[in-house]
Amino acid sequence: MDSEELRTRLLKPDVISGSEILLRSLLLEGVECVFGYPGGAVLYIYDAMHGNPDFKHLLTRHEQGAIHAADGYARSTGKVGVCIATSGPGATNLVTGIATAYMDSVPLVVITGNVATTFIGTDAFQEADITGITMPITKHSYLVRDVKDLSKTIREAFHIANTGRKGPVLIDIPKDVSSHLTEFQYPEEVNIRGYNPTVMPNKGQVNKLLQAIEEAERPVILAGGGVVYAGAHEELLEFAQKTRIPVTTTLLGLGGFPSGNELWMGMPGMHGTWTANTALQNCDLLIGIGARFDDRVTMKVSAFAPKAKIAHIDVDPAEIGKTVPTAIPCVGDVKMVLELANQKAKPAKSEAWIQQVNEWKAEHPLSYKDSEEELKPQWVVEMIHRQTNGDAFVTTDVGQHQMWAAQYYRFNHPRRWISSGGLGTMGFGFPSAIGVQVANPDATVVSINGDGGMQMCSQELAICAIHNIPVKIAVLNNQVLGMVRQWQEIIHGQRFSHIDLAGSPDFVKLAEAYGVKGLRASNKEEADAAWQEAMNTPGPVLVEFVVRRDENVYPMVQAGTSISEMIMGDAE
Amino acid sequence: MTKKHTIAVLVNDQPGVLQRVSGLFGRRGFNIESITVGTSEEPGLSRMIIVTTGDDGTLEQIQKQLYKLIDVIKVIDLSANPMISRELALIKVGAEPSARPELFAVVDTFRASVVDISPSTVIVQVVGDTEKIDAMVELMKPYGILQLTRTGVTAMTRGA
Ligand SMILES: Cc1ncc(C[n+]2csc(CCOP(=O)(O)OP(=O)(O)O)c2C)c(N)n1
Repeated sequence: MDSEELRTRLLKPDVISGSEILLRSLLLEGVECVFGYPGGAVLYIYDAMHGNPDFKHLLTRHEQGAIHAADGYARSTGKVGVCIATSGPGATNLVTGIATAYMDSVPLVVITGNVATTFIGTDAFQEADITGITMPITKHSYLVRDVKDLSKTIREAFHIANTGRKGPVLIDIPKDVSSHLTEFQYPEEVNIRGYNPTVMPNKGQVNKLLQAIEEAERPVILAGGGVVYAGAHEELLEFAQKTRIPVTTTLLGLGGFPSGNELWMGMPGMHGTWTANTALQNCDLLIGIGARFDDRVTMKVSAFAPKAKIAHIDVDPAEIGKTVPTAIPCVGDVKMVLELANQKAKPAKSEAWIQQVNEWKAEHPLSYKDSEEELKPQWVVEMIHRQTNGDAFVTTDVGQHQMWAAQYYRFNHPRRWISSGGLGTMGFGFPSAIGVQVANPDATVVSINGDGGMQMCSQELAICAIHNIPVKIAVLNNQVLGMVRQWQEIIHGQRFSHIDLAGSPDFVKLAEAYGVKGLRASNKEEADAAWQEAMNTPGPVLVEFVVRRDENVYPMVQAGTSISEMIMGDAE
Repeated sequence: MTKKHTIAVLVNDQPGVLQRVSGLFGRRGFNIESITVGTSEEPGLSRMIIVTTGDDGTLEQIQKQLYKLIDVIKVIDLSANPMISRELALIKVGAEPSARPELFAVVDTFRASVVDISPSTVIVQVVGDTEKIDAMVELMKPYGILQLTRTGVTAMTRGA
């Protein structure tokens, strides 16, 4: 059936239940797959799914798996990710995933069931005030008290989630609301009086920015996730090339600017490159674009970019001036601001500066001491990069492997790098890859995890197996909570406290227990061969890489110090 | 420089709005000295008056963060312009009949009023800006304040 016919059928003003309204509305919003977990409060909703050929739902093994999958789906496509959970424990299991999406501005619509309206507030079985619990970590939330409000609420939720600064929106639906009947009407227009994000930039502000660029001798662009989310990567490339400004991309900005470009300096901040950090400390004009000056980037704020006049382009006015004093604010959709700027952009006086930057790049490239005896995690990432032609969607968990993936897997396209930046959520890496693969069925999807974080959501191996979701899972097994080990070594005088992961499962057997192919590699030759085999295997594969235990991520800037105080470690 | 700011926030009259607003202040470490809410001239909208302290940068952040809430329609820094601000207090003091003439004189001077009298107590009602009420409370202390309740500040800019 063609989609026009489906639309007409969906829009029919039948008298239907709240549950059917929900499903129809989700389909009308173009939702292709919902990730969820049923329970008492969403029984009517799940009943409406029964035998519904249009509606696709993936049953995860934990609500956290469902929301991270929805998150990966959203990050890799730019569409709204949707997950469903029941009331009480189901809803509270989503909290980490909601906070993860909120911190990284990911558009999600999170649907929770609740006890019937008559029971709300009575401590009824499985009741939790999920709108109250999640207020600080949602862009907005709704508790629907009347089935008549449901379709309008869903329409608004999708609009809010995916416009302006994106973010998660929660819709809490009491059980009686999902069972009551009403005539279905899906509003075409959304009109929310208190919500009018500024997307069109102010010309005067843009002109001020262009003026400052023409005068600058040592300008730097700090590009963040906002560039990727706004789909502004082409405009950014044009802007950087026209203005001749070197670019550093934050963790979430990776892929927003091609890593192969001569103007790219790598990532800034705590594990940033020598070049990016040194350039930030010496620049005379710093242009933040869709970046929020996170403390992992600025480190000690009072010592950050001390010589720079700061310009900031962002769709969220509250980000401007929040952490760093801003001389030139540009509020608007990043893509529109850059389009406007590109019409008149002229080069800065930056040729000597670019030359300087290139010298730094040559003198201090990212590097590590390789080994023939032990498998080095950096080498594994480089090998994966080589074998996937740098073209895969890569999701990571949180820890050392995340930083190595960010450093050594070079991204040339947006939305290929999926990682929890703001919240740093362990357990995110693997389930998010499931969402990415569902959204991009033909793409190569690689999930890079630590042995610690892999154990936080490994139950979702089942989903890969039964739906034949061909995610290639890499577990960099160093047998410890690596990033914590690194901090304890460097900051706490090698007092290693509760980081030993002895008792971890045999990851190969774990995979096999779920019906997923498992492979193990302990040296380069095995690693190469195992990954090749994984790539040549049609379904999901988990490859455990037994890597050097005591490897550290360098460069490193210690918390509380300035980004000019980089510890280079083995890197030099 | 840290100073007192009075801001008016026009919000949707929805359940949970006060929680959203006060939660935002709490989470972001903004100070609330006083917060009042009531209906506004427009059905469906309420007006909150929030007194807060902070420097100009903090005030700017407060305004911007408030605007991010979907239920917030408008935010105005009232203290940027000449404004009228009022608070009401009820003060119950112990006052035997013999002490009352003197007490009533103080009440009169302050244009406050006595709104309840019992054999041993008197309730004084005072309306005014925060300083006036502070002063009145000070003056009532010698009589023995048995109970004190204040409404928090409501405010409006002068003129059109
Ligand atoms: C849910 C959660 N709990 C705790 C942490 C703190 N944390 C950050 S990195 C890390 C260690 C991760 O270890 P592992 O998964 O083995 O990865 P590695 O650092 O060894 O690559 C921990 C515990 C976190 N980020 N998230």
